[in-house]
Amino acid sequence: MSDAKKINPRPLSPHLQVYRPQLTSVMSILHRATGFSMAVGTMMIVWMLVAAASGVEAYDTFQWFVGTVIGKLMIFGWSAAAFYHLCNGVRHLFWDMGYLFKIENAYKAGYLVLAAAALLLALFWWLLCGGAA
Amino acid sequence: MKLKWEDDGTFKSPLARARGLGAAHMGVTHWWHQRLTAVANIPLMLWLVWSVLQMQGWSYEIFTAWLAQPVNAILMILSLLSVFYHAALGSQVIAEDYIHHEGLKIFKLIGMRLFFIGAAVASIFSVLKIAFAG
Ligand code: HEM
Repeated sequence: MSDAKKINPRPLSPHLQVYRPQLTSVMSILHRATGFSMAVGTMMIVWMLVAAASGVEAYDTFQWFVGTVIGKLMIFGWSAAAFYHLCNGVRHLFWDMGYLFKIENAYKAGYLVLAAAALLLALFWWLLCGGAA
Repeated sequence: MKLKWEDDGTFKSPLARARGLGAAHMGVTHWWHQRLTAVANIPLMLWLVWSVLQMQGWSYEIFTAWLAQPVNAILMILSLLSVFYHAALGSQVIAEDYIHHEGLKIFKLIGMRLFFIGAAVASIFSVLKIAFAG
């Protein structure tokens, strides 16, 4: 790559400073951002499991943290990221199978993903706050 | 006489070799495993989200008894394997895209691999301990 660059500089990806955001580009980078945030966020699941395996005290510390404002915010972030990445991941899988390549369909599926993720997120928090009980 | 593509001791054609081991040393395997784990993640994440919903405020006894049930222990281990592998593959692509210094990149890639392996082993061991030893 570094050698090729010297001989024949090839075009790079869009320069972000001069690139007008579009639904498709914003959703693309959001998939990356949510995926990476969740990758970091899996540490919470590791903490939960290792704490439970270590004993009551460690587990109670974890439960206490999850109940704090920061803990609640993290669960909110995790759930929002998970639902978005899940729905948009399905959109990605459709592309991989060769569908939704027409710009119009890519946009339609994009709006569908946003709606589905918002709906799932609302349902999750409604249930979490005891909505069904 | 040795042909050029026989240097590695196999009879693979350059194309076959490139297919299995492309410029990123991983080729199409990486892409395919990202998809495989993505599909597996759909039901597993839905199960995990559903479980997290119920877990709020669970005591230590309730949580460990829940996790010790075979169905939950198995689904949890499957989720951990699939999610960590998917996350490791995904993070690798991100590092490859944004880190342009070759040495630093290799360093980061190795570090991330080890990080995810460590996280997976720690969490899977914990599930097994709770399931088998209470
Ligand atoms: C819930 C089901 C999931 C589905 C259907 C899914 C689907 C996908 C797909 C199709 C890709 C490839 C996107 C591309 O080619 O650019 C991807 C990338 C990625 N995923 Fe997931 N995923 C899921 C869950 C997760 C989870 C739980 C994590 C982290 C803990 C995660 C982290 C990542 C990362 C870091 C990437 C790389 C993003 C990039 O290259 O821009 N995913 N996912």
